[in-house]
Order: sequence, then C-alpha cells, then structure tokens
Amino acid sequence: MATSFTPGLRVAKNIIVRKERRLPLLGEVLVKSGDTVKADQVVAETKLPGRIFPVNVANALNVTPPELKEAMFKGIGDQVEEGEVLASIKSFFGLFRSEAKAPIHGTIESISFITGQVIVQAPPVPVQVKAFVDGRVIQVFSNEGVEVETNGSYIQGILGLGGETLGPIMMGVEAPNEVLTPDKLTPAMKGAVVIGGSLLRLDTVRRARELGINALVTGGFHDGDVKQLLGYDLGVAITGSEDIGLTLILTEGFGCIDMADRTFELLKSLEGRFASVNGATQIRAGVIRPEIIVTRDGEELQVETVHTGELTEGQTVRVIRNPYFGRIGKVTGLPPELTLIPTGAAVRILEVEFTDGERVSLPRTNIELILE
Amino acid sequence: MNEIRTILATDCGSTTTKAILIEQVEGEYRLIVRGEAPTTVEAPFEDVTRGVINAITEVEELTKRVFLDGDEVIIPPRDGNGVDAYISTSSAGGGLQMMVAGVVKNMTAESATRAALGAGAIVMDVIASNDGRLAHEKIDLIRKLRPDMILLSGGTDGGSEQAIELAELIKAANPKPRLGSGYNLPIIYGGNARLQDIIRDTLEGISALSIVDNLRPVLERENLNPARDKIHDLFMEHVMQQAPGYSKLMAMTRTADKQVPIMPTPGAVGLIMQAIAEEEQINVVGVDIGGATTDIFSVFDGTFNRTVSANLGMSYSVANVLAEAGLSNILRWVRSDIEEEDLRNRIGNKMIRPTTIPQTREELMVEQAIAREALRLAFIQHREFAVELKGVQQERTISDAFEQSESGRSLVKMLELDLLVGSGGVLSHAPRRVEAAHMLVDAFLPEGFTRLAVDSIFMMPQLGVLTELHRQAATEVFRKDCLIHLGTCIAPRGILRSGTALKISGKLGDGTDFNHEIGTNELQLFKLPEEPAIELIFEPARSLDLGAGKGKPVKRAISGECVVGLIVDTRGRPFQFTRETRDRQSLLNKWDICE
Repeated sequence: MATSFTPGLRVAKNIIVRKERRLPLLGEVLVKSGDTVKADQVVAETKLPGRIFPVNVANALNVTPPELKEAMFKGIGDQVEEGEVLASIKSFFGLFRSEAKAPIHGTIESISFITGQVIVQAPPVPVQVKAFVDGRVIQVFSNEGVEVETNGSYIQGILGLGGETLGPIMMGVEAPNEVLTPDKLTPAMKGAVVIGGSLLRLDTVRRARELGINALVTGGFHDGDVKQLLGYDLGVAITGSEDIGLTLILTEGFGCIDMADRTFELLKSLEGRFASVNGATQIRAGVIRPEIIVTRDGEELQVETVHTGELTEGQTVRVIRNPYFGRIGKVTGLPPELTLIPTGAAVRILEVEFTDGERVSLPRTNIELILE
Repeated sequence: MNEIRTILATDCGSTTTKAILIEQVEGEYRLIVRGEAPTTVEAPFEDVTRGVINAITEVEELTKRVFLDGDEVIIPPRDGNGVDAYISTSSAGGGLQMMVAGVVKNMTAESATRAALGAGAIVMDVIASNDGRLAHEKIDLIRKLRPDMILLSGGTDGGSEQAIELAELIKAANPKPRLGSGYNLPIIYGGNARLQDIIRDTLEGISALSIVDNLRPVLERENLNPARDKIHDLFMEHVMQQAPGYSKLMAMTRTADKQVPIMPTPGAVGLIMQAIAEEEQINVVGVDIGGATTDIFSVFDGTFNRTVSANLGMSYSVANVLAEAGLSNILRWVRSDIEEEDLRNRIGNKMIRPTTIPQTREELMVEQAIAREALRLAFIQHREFAVELKGVQQERTISDAFEQSESGRSLVKMLELDLLVGSGGVLSHAPRRVEAAHMLVDAFLPEGFTRLAVDSIFMMPQLGVLTELHRQAATEVFRKDCLIHLGTCIAPRGILRSGTALKISGKLGDGTDFNHEIGTNELQLFKLPEEPAIELIFEPARSLDLGAGKGKPVKRAISGECVVGLIVDTRGRPFQFTRETRDRQSLLNKWDICE
C-alpha cells in the first residue's frame, strides 16, 4: 500500500475534549445530563467490596466440617467485630473450650460445611470519581459514570508517571531547550503544574516534592532517573498508579530532548490557567497517553483537521529514532519501492528536509506526524 | 467434501493482520502471495474484519484476482474468483488471557498451566493451595486480574479434596471477565472427578462452568487434551464473541461445507511444530519473538511444551528485557563503547515508540544484543517448565542410588535437539540471514548437531490452523516456502582451555577435500556447496562430546542446501562470556560470522 500512517501526539489550542469518567464497579451517578461540573467535583461514587478473609474454623476447633453447624455462633450476613468469637466447642469433658475468632471487623459472607471455611468480608470501601475537567455532563452511563465535555487546550505527552492531579500552569524555564534545575523551583509554585524544557533530573523532582508541586512537565528525562525514582526498572509502559508524590509527564522521550516548540509555546500561552493533568500511560493495543487539559470556555474553537491516515509530501514530521531523534522537517519524497538502508535492510523510506535545509532518507516507521 | 486447492488464511495480530494465499500448483501446495494491513480492533474502527478485508484486498491487488464480494470471501470459487477455504488465527486484543488454579504448585497447578499454555493462552497467574500467599491475597488477585477464563484443577481422581477450597475462594472473589459485562466468566474444572458435584454447586451460580475429565487423573499421567479442547471451544463461544467484529469473522472462516474455528495464534504455531516433529520424527524447538511476548515451543520425544514469556519482547516489553537481563548482559554483546545512560535511554525510547526500526549498524547491533538476551531468558524459562511430571514415584535400582536424579528433569536435551526454528520480526526480518543464525546460536547455545531455520515471513500461525483443515497443504508450504534453512550448528559439549577442539574431515561432491582443525573458543562459518548430504567426520577433543561420548568421533551427513552454511562453535558448553571477560571486544570481532 502506498499509504503510511504514524499518528503523532496531539497538541491542540482549543478543541472539544470529552472525558469518560467511569466507576470501577456499578454505583451511583450524582449528576445529570446537562449539569455544569467543576474538575474536583464528585460525579459518581460506589463502594468496592471489602477485602475477604477466610478462616478455617473447623481446623481451628479441631472438628469435622459438618460439626460446625453445632459450633457456629454466627450465621451468614451477621456483623462481627475483630476478635469476636465466631464459633466455639467444649472438649475434654467440658473442661476446655476451643474458639475461633473473627480476623477483622466485617460480615460473614459464607460458611462451608464441606471444607469448614468461614469467609468474613470487611466493610465496603467508598470510591469516588471526580469530573477531572471543568465542563458539562453530556451523557450519563447509568450506574457507571458520565461523559464530560469541555472546550480547551489539549496536549498529549509520550509517557507519564503518577495519576490525576490539578493545578495552575507555571513556567519553570524560558526556552524549550533549557534544563529545569532545582534552583528554578520556588515556594510560589506549590500546587502548580510546572513546565520545564529539554530535561530535568532527579534532584529537581525531589525539590518539587518538597515544595508541594503537583506536576512537572518536561521534554526529556533519563531512564536511569526513572529507575531511581521508582526503585525499579519500568519494564513496560503501563503507568498511572505510581506513588511518587507528584505527576511527571515527558512530552518527547528518554534523554535530553528539547520540548517541541509548538508544545512549549502553547503551554507558555496558558501560564496561570488551571490545568487537569493525568500521567496514566498505556503503550499497548488501545494506547493511552498522558494528557494536559486546560478549559477555555467561551473562546473560539480551533477547526480540527480530520486526518485521513495518509502520509503525503509537504507534511511536517518529527524523527523518533536515532540518529536524527527529535529533529523536525517536511516530507519531500515518498518513493514507493523498497530501499536499502545502512543496516542492510530493504524498507519503505521517506525523504525529509529538516528546518536547517539538510535532506535525509529515513525508514517510514521512524517518524511521527505533527498534526497541525 | 470438495477438494481444497485455494486457501486464504489470515492471522490477526495485535498490530498487523497478515493474509496469505496458498494454492495447488503442479500438484504441490505453495505460498502464492502475502498481504498485510493494520489490525482494526481499536477505535475508531472497532471491527477486526476491516483489517482482514484490507489485508485480503492487498492480496487481490498483488494477484490481480478477486476474492471478495463486498465484505464476504467468495467460497467456493466461481468464474475464476474466490477460494475453497478461508481460515484465521488471532491474538488481537491481547490474545487469550487465563488464570490457572491447582492444589499443589508443582503438580496439578503445573499440569493445568501446561494445558492452558498448550491451548495458546497467556497465563496471568497461577494460584495454588501451597503457593505461600494468604487466602485474601489470592482473592484480591483473582478480582484484580480479570482473566478471560479460569482453569481450576486439583487432586488426582479420588485424591485430595482441596480443590473445593480453591472453588470457594473463586466464588468469594466473584471474578468478572475482561471483555464485556453481559456474560458470566467461563471457568473450567478439570480436577478430582469425585468433587464435580460440589464444584458445580459452588461455582455454577457465579460463572459459566464447564467440567472436563481430570487433567491429572493419577500422579504418573497427564490428560491435558479435554481441558485444551474445552479452552478452544470457550475461546470461540465466549471470549471471541466479545471482541469487536469477531462474531462477523467467525462466520467468515469456512469451507463450502463447514465452518472452521478461529484459533489463538500461539495454539496454531504449536500445532505446526508438532506436525513437523511428528512427520520427520525429530526433536524441535521453535521460538516466536514478538513485540510484547516471546513464545517458545518444544517437542522432545513426542512431548509438546509451550511457554510464553509474557514480558520479554522487542518493542512494548523491550525495557523489561533490560530489567530482567541487566545492563551488563546486554552490553556484553555490543562491540562499540556505548555509555550506559545512552543505552538505557535508547531502550526506553524503543519502548515508548515501539514501531521504529534501527537505521544504523550500531542501532542494529544494540537491537540484536537485546534480542539475544530476550531469547536466552525465554529459553531458560522454557527449560525450567518443560520437565518430566513432578511428584511421580520412581522405581530405583541400586545404580540410581548413586545418580540422585529427581523427578522433574528438563525434557529439553540440547544434544538431542535436531531443529531450531526462529520467527518474529528480529529473526525473520534480520537484514541478513546469517545475523538470525548468529543470534540463535548465541541465545540458545545448541549442542551437538542442530539444524537452524527461520520462518521466512512469519506464516507459521496460518499454517498451524491449516494443519487442522488440510495437513498436507500445511506441511508442504511449511517445508517449501515457510522454512528457510540457515544451516547446521556443530557445538561440542564441554570446556577445553587450549588446543584443537574439533577436527572435521571428508570430501565434497566434486572430490575436493574438506579438512579443518578448529581451535578452542572459536565461532567459524564454513560455506558449503549446495549438496543435499555431505558426509563428514567430526572428531572432538578428548574432553568434548558431540553426542556419542567424550572424544568419540561422529560421522554425519550435513546438508549444503541452506543459505548460511556450517557454523562451528567451540566456545564451550557451558558458555562463559560476560561483560568482564578479558578481550571481550576482540572476541566479539573474532566470532563475527556476519562480516
């Protein structure tokens, strides 16, 4: 096929953004279609079933499972306190008493007269889902959640660590090729989403945590620092639940890589505005990217071009692999035939002219489109 | 049944759907052409058949023939259009993900794992009564993992009754399936037959329960086929029905007379491996290294085993190879001086941009270094899993008392391995075939005489499902168009510090002498003339063994009909080579058979 499609990350000034906010289990939706919601407003809640603790009461009492019928003090559905006696039996002419006690506070879920196992369930754990963005409820999924719509800037990163957070955008650097060092962070940034440039190191993350900064956004970050931060190697890019004290978003990748101009300029123009940030990433089938959303209600919407999936001459692309990693250029040729590259492989290539006029050939798989 | 002459087969992978056309040409089944298109299980399409139609359309364009009438495959052929059969495999949407439970971790739970893996599943976790985890931890795990299916076993027939406790745990967890919410989770019980009624009472209300024959009726014997067949049926009935577009695809896969079930991709590859081992009466190891996972298959003395290393792969899981193998194990294969930080970042960037390919020689060297480690680790896992049944009582003679062998010995005997087959992008699409051979030798460290081959364009899955429909077509295409014979690797077992490790002598077809003496710690490639059988005598040093015993010469006919040649590896078994090995870089240069 003559087409090639490598979708890039989305960086949009003002578009319609829709977010589905669903509960992990069925529960109650607290808002209705058409309601205006704030980012930190709870829109749905439920109770997760409590943890389950089986106790082999028959073993504890040294009786056969059918004999439990005589020994149990409690029945299915009964509430028990931690340490409360569930069953007991007298032995040795009534001189001794064996008891089985509840391991936790909870409810008796089941009693098995086959295995002698009694299952105690802890009280349910409440779970709430917030709107995450300022917007309007456009759809209610009965007992499950809602879809919230907003107009706003939408910026995808390539990889994130940590989950959802909120805060005003503050610039930590002046230019996209600048390194965000710890001395550039100030106490005034507490609770903010701080924007860096080409790199930040572990010491900056530590300082940001001390200052109570909610999120850091950077072009590049070293893989070795990720290991130090997490305490383990990030084996697969499925993230979002890390407990690192803040949310970290990489817009370009691992190493020292200038943040793309467009991303940097857009974030700069949003300084002082309130952002919803989520580091959750999943690079597998059904890709999830980390994102930064800033509501811009009442401002003119940008017309989004629907991408047909075709790579054509004149499009702007960014190289995503060595030796030209991070460079941006325009497609000048798409030869259809297989071409030999320096590794010795014959692959489909494209010709690119970089912004400084240099022209190179690259495997088509090694670029991403910059969606205008 | 109508005679089958033209077959269209697709494999719906997580990223690409591959279509091949097989046809009878002059009495032989041959691959005609291959087409591919992106898989379309995700938004905005959410219909796997779109990708299938696109891949078949590419086959139409390449052959200038018509196989589709709208969205339907034309079956049977009419007016020169259409095919006799359309078949498919699938691993899209994450394949089949199962959880397995058994009473004793290395007995029934291990047998159940073997059944699930053999059916083509990814085993997410194995729960056993004696796995050391507390009951509430097991319940949390069952809730969290959301498998597509659970296989519960435990107890020989009339033996242990602990499977009931496991059933009670599963009931308490009340697990929900991964895909869709409108159906009950399929659970298969294949344990102690006496407990079937109790298990039914416990699990029927919360699941779609199926009961099959005990997969370990007695300790000495496994009976895995009923469980495997049930897994395949349930995969079709439940899991596939939930995946986007699969009900349409299931209606499409058929001959003129009957429907042909879709098979999980690894299950299909396992079938073709077994077919080839059976037909040639040989021992085979096959590997498929993908972006996210690496599958290893082995057939030794007719016993089939498969393992999936779920987080060893070349793109999505590439950073996990670094985590598991360690930086220095990867760097030991790299000839240039790369900074550790740079290498880590390169690997991380491949993980987050998985579709990219190396453009420079250095990048290729790094990628192939990672592949060696991924393959090595996956093979270690396979060897640990492919073992004789554990827990079997053995009759011992007085001589056994001196050789304290336990039950559970590995079935993978390297000196008895005849054929090693590699597939997956990094092997099948290595720029030069000799690079694939080099990676296979470094990672698997074959011993004795081992033929090496690669799958030319990764069509083993389609051929696997074809074995169920038309075994002759599958094996003919496998031999002629799928397998590319790289050559033979000769590697004596044992270590020799210095001197001549191996003497090779014989005559080629044209009468020329083929006499070579190979020193120790060498990796050498000899090109051979294209003759089917070149009789050679291989004489190892006194401390080395080629399969006939230490120092014993072996006479073998080596095939010259291959694309690489005869690879002689005297680097020693066990192979000792680390990043700290003295003269590492010059050794790598010396061993480079690719230049």
